[in-house]
Amino acid sequence: MIADASLSVEEWTAIGLSLKVGFWSVVTGLPLAVTIAWVLARLRFPGKAVLDGLVHVPLVVPPVVVGYLLLVLLGRQGPIGAWLYEVLGVTVAFTWQGAVIASTVMAFPLMVRAIRLSLEAIDPGLEAAARTLGASRARVFATITLPLAAPGLLVGAMLGFARSLGEFGATITFVSNIPGETRTLPLALYTYTQVPGGDAAAIRLMILSLIIAFTALAVSEILARRLKARMEATV
Amino acid sequence: MIRVQARTILGHEPGAFRLDVDLEAPADGVTALFGRSGSGKTSILKAMAGLLRPRQGRVILRDDVLLDTEAGVDVPVDRRRLGMVFQDGRLFPHLSVRRNLLYGAPGSPELAAEPPSLDAVVERLGLGPLLDRRPTTLSGGERQRVAIGRALLMKPRALLMDEPLAALDAERKAEILPMLADLQALRRVPILYVSHQMDEVVRLADTLALVDNGRIVASGPVEDLTSRLDLRPLTGRHEAGAVLRGVVSRIEPEWDLATVAVGQDTLTVPARAMRPGIEVRIRIRARDVTLALDRPTGMSVLNALPTTVVETSEADGPHIDVRLRLGDGQWLWARITRKSAAALGVAPGRPMIALIKTVAIDRHSLAPPPAGEA
Repeated sequence: MIADASLSVEEWTAIGLSLKVGFWSVVTGLPLAVTIAWVLARLRFPGKAVLDGLVHVPLVVPPVVVGYLLLVLLGRQGPIGAWLYEVLGVTVAFTWQGAVIASTVMAFPLMVRAIRLSLEAIDPGLEAAARTLGASRARVFATITLPLAAPGLLVGAMLGFARSLGEFGATITFVSNIPGETRTLPLALYTYTQVPGGDAAAIRLMILSLIIAFTALAVSEILARRLKARMEATV
Repeated sequence: MIRVQARTILGHEPGAFRLDVDLEAPADGVTALFGRSGSGKTSILKAMAGLLRPRQGRVILRDDVLLDTEAGVDVPVDRRRLGMVFQDGRLFPHLSVRRNLLYGAPGSPELAAEPPSLDAVVERLGLGPLLDRRPTTLSGGERQRVAIGRALLMKPRALLMDEPLAALDAERKAEILPMLADLQALRRVPILYVSHQMDEVVRLADTLALVDNGRIVASGPVEDLTSRLDLRPLTGRHEAGAVLRGVVSRIEPEWDLATVAVGQDTLTVPARAMRPGIEVRIRIRARDVTLALDRPTGMSVLNALPTTVVETSEADGPHIDVRLRLGDGQWLWARITRKSAAALGVAPGRPMIALIKTVAIDRHSLAPPPAGEA
């Protein structure tokens, strides 16, 4: 069945697209996730529970629902999508950027959770000490808080990337399944299972998914160890 | 002068705690805030540093108003330039010792040029071998030394030390205490020193503020407060004792002893790196003082000081404490049994010879007076 192990152009495209979407999801999602995580970890304000709940919505509703919601809001007829098109001339529905949005939204709660946990583990006394040493709030955040939360950021990025690679429901609903534009790896795999004679390609993509996932895991593990070693470096 | 006025409620009901203090400390030398844990000492430091904002209060350092709740002045923590040393060190775990030391180093060239330099701090606190290490690999004593160095290198206008030795064992304490006593050689700024150990206070401070239940009960020179009977419940029974000031008059190298002139009298103490002419403070615990009616002969005790009984404390079990006045007006305490007091006829006005074993005066009891006064 696996007569031909080499990948076709379409398969390469799907892999490339998946990696691209995953990368940009993490890059765009992480700063926002850090902000929200910090707000949830450090501030007390009315409506905090609502914000916390809102962040977790993508984790509890079916991905298709999230995708459809995005389509309603960001589609060219949607309230936000129409504005984007008219004012900025930008369309996100049915584009790879739209796929990035879909997977960022889906990955967001995971990133926030991981980062929030690591922020909460930081001794506020260290930040207070840094303030007495003359550091502004911004400097304390950049030189104390962020570096100490680095392991959490790494885990958050890793989870976000993995979630993004696996994203299916929200993506296919929001940006459809357009070869070369929005057909990421899981969508390509699904498509192959739907056509006669697509089994070999489907199996190749499945194996590839596993390889990518394990590689990402290994890389994050190595980085985590380095971080830990840096913190506990002996003489 | 330093002045910290703070009125506030700390914590939440139940267990809320009222802090109502008005502390005045000289702008030179070391002022100790002494009291049991939970008395509010640390909160006073925090109010000074800006880490705690009292509902009502004023914080003044020399001519600078750092906080005045009525006038709406509240200089932020990072602009107050007060070097704080915490009980737990609070070194940044992700930075090397060197980068910890320099974290607060000022950016302006004038301030950066002020003493102490990094080299001076490293040398005085013995940090050379630690510079490239991570805080997690340091011992407790090493960590506190780094924390002290870090606070000095921000070129602070005052040092606020919150029980910097409390987490250390006796050996580490003994290693750091002399460094603390010498801090003003590195940077001459007022020091507020929070402690619940009387031996530290006596060794380091010249002014003492007794803190109890969110209030300052008394403040003044260490010698005065530690010899006041009415403050005994706060200064501590166990620590009962007094501090004598004197000038080293002679060293006997063959015996490793020093003679200290205390008024007209002399006291023999362990020599411990003393030189003739330097001023010293000697803490003498009440329990190390024996009383006699006449100057005894044929005994090993080297110190026999003529004194007059001033007052005696109320009986507490088998002992009482007797306050004695020396020829030059300084005080001494003796703890003796009630039985001996009755046998000797101890009463106010009665002359007594106070006998003090030289070996009872250990290195923890001897200190030069704070640099600010020399």
